[in-house]
Amino acid sequence: MTAATGGQFLVLSGISKRYGGVRALENVDFACKRGEIHAVLGENGAGKSTLIKIIAGVVAPDAGELRLDGALRAFPNPAAAAAAGIVCIFQELSLMPDLSVADNISILSPPRRFGMIDTRAQRRRAEALLAEVGCEDVNPVLRVRDLPLSRRQMVEIAKALGQKPRLLILDEATSALTRADVEKVYALLDRLKSENVAILYITHRMHEVEALADRASVFRNGRHIETFDKGARSTAQIVQLMIGRDIAAQYPAKPVRPRPQPALKIENLSWNNRLENISLDVGAGEVVGLGGLDGQGQRTLLLALFGVLRGVTGRVSVNGRAARPGSPAQAKRRETGIALVPEDRKTEGLMLPMSITDNLAIASLPSLSSGPFVDGAKEDRAVDAAIERLHIRVGARSDAVSTLSGGNQQKVVIAKWLMTEPRIILLNDPTRGIDVGTKQELYRLVRELADQGAAVLFYSTDYDELIGCCDRVAIMYDGRILRELEGDELNETNIIASALNIEAGAGTAGAIKAAHG
Amino acid sequence: MTAIPARLTLSRDYQPILIAACFIVAILVAGTAYTWQRFGSAPLLSPNYLLQQLQIGAFLGIVAAGMMLVILISQIDLSIPWTLTAAAMMATAVGGAWAIPVGLAVGLAVGIVNGLGVAYLRVPSMIFTLGVNAVMRGLMVAHTGGYAPQTAATGLMRNLASGRSFGVPNALFVWLAVSLAVVIILQRMALGRYIYAIGNKEAAAYLAGVNTRGVTVICFALCGLTAGIAGVLLAGYSQKAYQGMGDPYLLPSIAAVVIGGTHILGGRGRYLGTLIGVILIVLLNSVLSIMEMPEAGRQVIYGGVIILMLLVYGRGERVTS
Amino acid sequence: MADNLAIRLRQNFAFLTALALFGVIYVLYQAAHPKGFSSAVLVQNGNEVFTLAMVAMAQTVPVLMAGLDLSVGALMTMVDCFASYLLSGAAEGTPLALDLAGLHLALGTLPGGIVGIGLGMVICLVIGTLAGLLNGAIVVYGRIQPIIATLATGAIYIGIALFLRPQPGGKIDDDLNWAMTNSLGDFASTVHIFNDGTAPWFAPFAWIPTPFVLLVLIALLVWVPFRRSVTGRTIYAIGSAEGAAYMSGLDINRAKIAAFTLGGFFAACGGLFLAIQTSSGNADIPQAGAYTLNSIASVVIGGTSLLGGTGGAIGSIFGALILRVISFFFRIFDIAPLLQPLFEGIILLAAVSIGALRVLRVRNTLELFR
Repeated sequence: MTAATGGQFLVLSGISKRYGGVRALENVDFACKRGEIHAVLGENGAGKSTLIKIIAGVVAPDAGELRLDGALRAFPNPAAAAAAGIVCIFQELSLMPDLSVADNISILSPPRRFGMIDTRAQRRRAEALLAEVGCEDVNPVLRVRDLPLSRRQMVEIAKALGQKPRLLILDEATSALTRADVEKVYALLDRLKSENVAILYITHRMHEVEALADRASVFRNGRHIETFDKGARSTAQIVQLMIGRDIAAQYPAKPVRPRPQPALKIENLSWNNRLENISLDVGAGEVVGLGGLDGQGQRTLLLALFGVLRGVTGRVSVNGRAARPGSPAQAKRRETGIALVPEDRKTEGLMLPMSITDNLAIASLPSLSSGPFVDGAKEDRAVDAAIERLHIRVGARSDAVSTLSGGNQQKVVIAKWLMTEPRIILLNDPTRGIDVGTKQELYRLVRELADQGAAVLFYSTDYDELIGCCDRVAIMYDGRILRELEGDELNETNIIASALNIEAGAGTAGAIKAAHG
Repeated sequence: MTAIPARLTLSRDYQPILIAACFIVAILVAGTAYTWQRFGSAPLLSPNYLLQQLQIGAFLGIVAAGMMLVILISQIDLSIPWTLTAAAMMATAVGGAWAIPVGLAVGLAVGIVNGLGVAYLRVPSMIFTLGVNAVMRGLMVAHTGGYAPQTAATGLMRNLASGRSFGVPNALFVWLAVSLAVVIILQRMALGRYIYAIGNKEAAAYLAGVNTRGVTVICFALCGLTAGIAGVLLAGYSQKAYQGMGDPYLLPSIAAVVIGGTHILGGRGRYLGTLIGVILIVLLNSVLSIMEMPEAGRQVIYGGVIILMLLVYGRGERVTS
Repeated sequence: MADNLAIRLRQNFAFLTALALFGVIYVLYQAAHPKGFSSAVLVQNGNEVFTLAMVAMAQTVPVLMAGLDLSVGALMTMVDCFASYLLSGAAEGTPLALDLAGLHLALGTLPGGIVGIGLGMVICLVIGTLAGLLNGAIVVYGRIQPIIATLATGAIYIGIALFLRPQPGGKIDDDLNWAMTNSLGDFASTVHIFNDGTAPWFAPFAWIPTPFVLLVLIALLVWVPFRRSVTGRTIYAIGSAEGAAYMSGLDINRAKIAAFTLGGFFAACGGLFLAIQTSSGNADIPQAGAYTLNSIASVVIGGTSLLGGTGGAIGSIFGALILRVISFFFRIFDIAPLLQPLFEGIILLAAVSIGALRVLRVRNTLELFR
């Protein structure tokens, strides 16, 4: 499919890129205009990241042309793309934590005096840009390390703004933001649109596409499938374009049965002013969700249960026995049997250069050993069983786990823990950045695990997931559990209302909907 | 996007070993050419000579074995020189049947201290082991009065270091035992998996329930122990302990580990490589000796060889996002 | 405004601690010294501190990038040996020749007098800087980790030093030695400026030790402008998050090479001074190793993190000062020479373990692994 070049600011023709034997992009034609927000959709592995990296100069294509404003261009590194007015905000931030906010914002071409950096002018520049993104409260002298994640992302956006982009690319840029900051970013994007900036927006969230995009393009398996205007396709149609097949019911059925006895009982858990008096029960066979806005303590609660935090007060018991592990090593022991699927699979869940076998077996080696020696045959059998149980698509189990796609990598992380036969399973946003197809599999798996007797505590930033997968959802706000929702009460209105700490009354539902789309 | 099997990881580990082995052959050839031209003989190729070189190499080899464990978990042990010396001095001071156990205990104790400092106090190992080295030096200087101790090595120490059984130097048997232990740990025990995991990504290993602190202490303890073994043997070989006897073993042991393909930042490397690295360094030294190369030239060649080998295979990855 | 001051103080906490610690122990030392607070003692201290301070500055730059330079001691020693040939200041000039493997290559003649000395000093600094450049090139283009690359180049530099001076020897111009290792007044009178040092406006400054002035000048004229340049900041960026620095479009390679080159320059300054101070060249391998290891300790004590991204060369100067003053203490308290190494070791270990107290306050164990 060739895109019309008339009026298009960025035109890619015939772009291809291979990594070893993997075709990341195959003969892609793509175009976007100035003054419009163009959403880029697709599963993980569809090629969106590679496309963005080529446009931003991080990698070079194997074949094809890139035209900017009609002129043929090639960017050997990010600096060259930046000089051409292409600015990219990646998911992994490009900020240096030990440098100040002002230093980071003006990192590439700071104001200079006598050949040295003019710190005062630099600080003023940072203040101006921070005001533009609505973050006047951030002191430019602070080190980025001392800011919370949401503020860091805003600093990243301010930095991008300061480079006077003609084409701005956002790769899941709002994933770490608080709701208030997300609003500021939407407003900023609208303003940039009116200033004739071309905007490429990668997201997994459908409601963002509906709210923001003027046009959208879908990628699948390295190919550009279709570009369509706002409103031309329904959500179901878009999902079908993305995964290439019909999807039936998204979430597995929830069993209706009386509330079981608590397998995990949390009473008055507090920590460091971040968690306050948390009390929660999770029964064997239950999937209990943690909801609420980002950063209200959900992740912290999971870490506290897993033994990562020191100075936790309160009582936690598993099947009646006290369970306050001092480390993950203690948490996973048979008597307690807690497993945590961590937030970031690349830095916390996997050792990327090591083999799939090593990554799968690492948590359950004691049970795969006879005496001090690892039983190789037993290990291989267990690993094969795990691969099969979760349908992980691998070449050979001796391959490095870095060769797997994102969804399969996450499956390895989960499978690793399933091999320890845990009683309590803590899930820290397990489907973030995962393609739609794998998400379906994971939802089914979660329900299956609960049916087999595990108690599952499921933190997710996606309300749909919480409603679809969980028997009950505990909404957290400011380190406390505000409300538990189940049954008919478990709907989006109530979740959002509780998350914002307001009462959901008659007119509130409509007001919330209007404000948040 | 389909993932293709990547069998490169296997050969990536073995590639440096192969290249280092080729280099050893090159050294032997160059050295033999020199001796043939100069003396009309090829002493480098005589089995007795080679055995003797291996015997000398055993000391470095034992130290390098322990150093490899520490480097694999992304740490380093700069306290080897004076741990070795202290073990030697204490062994000769005690004498009798307790000599060797005392020497080993000294090494083990220092290693445990290192491990505790790095694992629990989280002081960077570079600087903590540096401090421990200084303290050990201080203790030994205070203890011996600054001179070489007058006490001599025990008969057993001398026999282990210089004696032969079945025509093979005993020191080689000790080296073999140490090597077997290291290989078993790294290849066949859960401890070995934990070591590679920690070297790759300590956070992920910790969150997988690995006792990262315990493993760290064990690795440093083993490194200290190997330094103790080397100290005891060296004292046996020289018949006594002397000031600064451990100094020549620090940088060569690190070099041997790295030349053997172990990544200096940890997580990757096979013991066979460390073995080959030790042999390479020892042979290089001996060939340069035969050529009567002055110390200046030896240093330059030593440095040049390391760089050359690393250029050929030890190239790091480009750091992008 | 006051807020910003508080923030800056908090950000530079480690450096300020080192500064305060040095202040306290130095005043104590002078107070305990029988001839304390006199120009003679200050001059002696200055001489004994300068070289280590320069080598510590040299070590700081690669450490800021989360790397390490194990060749600083060897580089310093190599320049020391070169200087012992080039600074003789003989009136008729110095003939230079290279004797290698039986070949004799005449390299020309170094002019005599002050011109020769000046030229000789410049050549020494250039040699050291080029050696630093070599370090940088090997790390960047060879893509070899700094610790192992500099371990190898250190062997090469010490080899060259041994080649130049298999035995200690050489000659340094006496006037040069006198001028550099005493107070400003002596410097002025030797070089015949400021009315031979007697000019009235000069009097309040005449007691200041020359090494101290040199240290301040080098710090102010070389380090500070570099730190505030884009390349200097890039070095901090690399140490903080190298991947992010690349994504931000910074020129990583140029910054890394610049870092090692600057390190080479600082180490060369140290070697040059050592030669002038000792009036000879000495390829002392254990001493080179000691300087390298002490430079690492100075960097850590001075507040620069081995993980990179924070700290600075000025802190390392104070780290070096603290290390040296501790050994001065041993002299005046007449601690048994046999116990000195033990005390030095314990103090070093304690100093670097103090930073560990911070660890005990960490509530989230994951933060320890970042």
